[in-house]
Amino acid sequence: MNDLAPIGGGCRTAPVLKQRGQREVFCGLTGIIWLHRKMQDAFFLVVGSRTCAHLLQSAAGVMIFAEPRFGTAILEEQDLAGMKDAHAELDREVARLLARRPDIRQLFLVGSCPSEVIKIDLARAAERLSQLHAPHVRVLNYSGSGIETTFTEGEDACLASMVPVLKDTTARELLLVGALPDVVEDQMLSLLGQMGIDNIRLLPARRIDGTTAVGPNTVFALTQPFLGETHAALERRGARHIAAPFPFGEEGTTLWLQAVATECGVSADTFAAVTDAPRARARKAIAQASEHLNGKSVFFFPDSQLEIPLARFLTRECGMTAIEVGSPYIHDALHGPDLDLLPANDRWGPQISEGQDVDLQLDRARAARPDLTVCGLGLANPLEAEGLTTKWAIELVFTPVHFYEQAGDLAGLFSRPVRRKSLLKLEAAE
Amino acid sequence: MKLTVWTYEGPPHVGAMRVATAMKGLHYVLHAPQGDTYADLLFTMIERRNHRPPVTYTTFQARDLGSDTATLFKTACQDAVDRFDPQAIIVGASCTAELIQDDPAGLAETMGLTIPVIALELPSYSRKENFGADETFYQIVRALAQPQDRTTRVTCNILGPTALGFRNRDDVEEITGLLADLGIDVNVVAPLNATPAGIARLPAAHFNVLLYPETGEAAARWLEKTYGQPFTKVVPIGVRATRDFIAEVAAITGLPCKVDESRLRLPWWTSSVDSTYLTGKRVFLFGDGTHVCAMARMARDEMGFEVVGLGCYNREQAKAVRAMAKALGLAALITDDYLDVEAAIAAASPEMIMGTQMERHIGKRLGIPCAVISAPVHVQDYPARYSPVMGFEGANVVFDTLIHPLVMGLEEHLLTMFREDFEFNDAAGPSHHGGAAPVAMPDASGGSISEKVRTEGASEDLMNGNVIWLSDAERELKKIPFFVRGKARRNTEAFAVQKGLQQISLDTLYEAKAHYAR
Repeated sequence: MNDLAPIGGGCRTAPVLKQRGQREVFCGLTGIIWLHRKMQDAFFLVVGSRTCAHLLQSAAGVMIFAEPRFGTAILEEQDLAGMKDAHAELDREVARLLARRPDIRQLFLVGSCPSEVIKIDLARAAERLSQLHAPHVRVLNYSGSGIETTFTEGEDACLASMVPVLKDTTARELLLVGALPDVVEDQMLSLLGQMGIDNIRLLPARRIDGTTAVGPNTVFALTQPFLGETHAALERRGARHIAAPFPFGEEGTTLWLQAVATECGVSADTFAAVTDAPRARARKAIAQASEHLNGKSVFFFPDSQLEIPLARFLTRECGMTAIEVGSPYIHDALHGPDLDLLPANDRWGPQISEGQDVDLQLDRARAARPDLTVCGLGLANPLEAEGLTTKWAIELVFTPVHFYEQAGDLAGLFSRPVRRKSLLKLEAAE
Repeated sequence: MKLTVWTYEGPPHVGAMRVATAMKGLHYVLHAPQGDTYADLLFTMIERRNHRPPVTYTTFQARDLGSDTATLFKTACQDAVDRFDPQAIIVGASCTAELIQDDPAGLAETMGLTIPVIALELPSYSRKENFGADETFYQIVRALAQPQDRTTRVTCNILGPTALGFRNRDDVEEITGLLADLGIDVNVVAPLNATPAGIARLPAAHFNVLLYPETGEAAARWLEKTYGQPFTKVVPIGVRATRDFIAEVAAITGLPCKVDESRLRLPWWTSSVDSTYLTGKRVFLFGDGTHVCAMARMARDEMGFEVVGLGCYNREQAKAVRAMAKALGLAALITDDYLDVEAAIAAASPEMIMGTQMERHIGKRLGIPCAVISAPVHVQDYPARYSPVMGFEGANVVFDTLIHPLVMGLEEHLLTMFREDFEFNDAAGPSHHGGAAPVAMPDASGGSISEKVRTEGASEDLMNGNVIWLSDAERELKKIPFFVRGKARRNTEAFAVQKGLQQISLDTLYEAKAHYAR
């Protein structure tokens, strides 16, 4: 696949701008909002403060009114006084919750900043509660605190907490890792099925009674770029990672499928037979949707770790140039293949940045005046008011954007604000 | 610990952000972990502000914990002062920083800044958003207000409007206009759009108008005590309250009451014949104490509704709400648990809810129309158009807001006339739900008596569901329009219990109807 590398080389070895300062990002608790939709028998119980509950409410928007399977056990003053009490309180709240929701099969105790700082031992609580409520309910624990996790890292921490309790296997199986919308997951399974790959397991599975297992003969592919901890946990159990660019756009999807197909011994003819038609469809859809993106510049603020693969998609398939690609964390084993493909020629080699000092980064964005700025909701309207066109990043996590059939939609998400800017004629008369 | 899904109020530091974001020339340095910046989007998205809230977060992470966080705070504080050049800063801790005990106030004081540094103590584990706003504003006023002579003309301050306040923007405009009609200039509006320099000028006014007790009362009391400024006690929501407010202002200033009511339309609208059907509509009110008390009075005296329940989520206003409930012959519901609110609404089975966005969703679930009268509200309740709830235009706005969810008089008449018609049948649902509303509850006003009685612990028979509807009575009940059927069922069953009847016949139905006729 070396022939796909960009002229002038990729960005894998480009100098990375690392800054520390104020970070305008979500904490890992936010991952609950989409994870609970995916795992239909799971409940996410945050142990935290009113701030945590308020964050979930603000992030969940109207979803919070649909009997969601998450909640916050809010710490009160008495809970801060003594540790022993906190565990009794937690046991009582969990018992009450499980009595009210007998459909719940797995319960995640999700750590927050307050619970981490006062060191409530949620791991021990999870063990104790698992025994108490076995065999019907499995209780696990992970941290979604802001001091430890950024936005999508919450999913990573959640999946990593599941890896140690997965069943052992010696079978040669393909494990696909990352929560995808059901429609996307079905497309992925269908494509691989047509290639004759059928020993597939999913993490997370839609329900706990799934048969996800792991062992020394397991190979795994990641569908999301923010799964560093899960990647490490799976390797600890002897599974082997299939490195690939992430399946965004026609090219990303093809390369991802190619890496999996090669690993599974699929012939070139079969691969072409399965992918030719959807590849053509995707190319056509992208061409239509990206009409307004061609020749435009893009600036990514850090948010989800999706930035590098998305920048690769926008530069290579939509004709954009990247000015800065900011990511909360960069992990060579995961982001490397996408960085290899990101064009880095002399004129506009993008600045790759990791971490954030938001005021300094805003200064850079203002100076560069990009045609499109990808950022969070706290920055989007203020930047629009300064005349910059923005695409709010969180939508990219909630909307189906992976694989062939969504490639046009993905380009559309970026082109819509650009198109809208050209449609609105509201400036004062000249 | 308490399991929560919805929360009516955020933590107290969000209240402090509401004050900081309302003001200009003030910056908030908040010691908080990575992630607490989520609160920015309340201001940039829900209120649609075109600038970032003037808040610098230290965004400490796990690796910073230990002695490092104090340095981090000082660096962030110095950077914020250098970059934003504020006239004053407020400093404080969020819930997590409260636990690590860095003392932002002490740290900021050692930095030798040349601008005022106002320290905030906001107990995150016992108080909430409104307290945070009230306390922050009070501390700012206490720190910055300067002794000075009164203005030559009669002037007042308007206290309490903040960022993310329900209709605060337009209330301020409406009340400023009203005061101008009375010959009174506004000295300073605060915190909304005020600068620290403006706060210093507060004592020049002759008196204070306290628009929102939730967010301005501590400051108003302090100004009264320290500078002898009386403050108004009537919140001008509704026609009668607005007139009372004017009388109160006249008493304070000694100026004559000269008011322009030429654009006040509520009294005629509510008197006109199309409003007759509003008579005795049963309403349930829930929200912040101030809006609930004022709107309850409006609902009863200016709309002709029957108030069948009221409550608030902010304990700070519990006393006022209990007094209002008592005046209405009700018991106030003081809770921040939406499940309690939902149960109370289901038990009261009102024909309309006046509440917050939470109650709007409870209403959707129970099939009861709802009008939003209080924060917390969503983006649609920060409208582009002028929409005060205070003063005379506010009364016009509230009239429209309250009747829109209800079926119009003529429409209701037609529904009754054509109730067997395919378009107007029960399953079509109320027209304001676009005919697509899920028919979750066959009766618009909720469950039968057995449910209500169970909660009140009444007779064993009823708890066992022993009041039986005979088929002719049941058929007749079905002929009653769906939006009043729940009430009819409830009343009839209550009547049967009262008479000790085991069965409801056609006669029982009509005897009950006669009994409850109004």
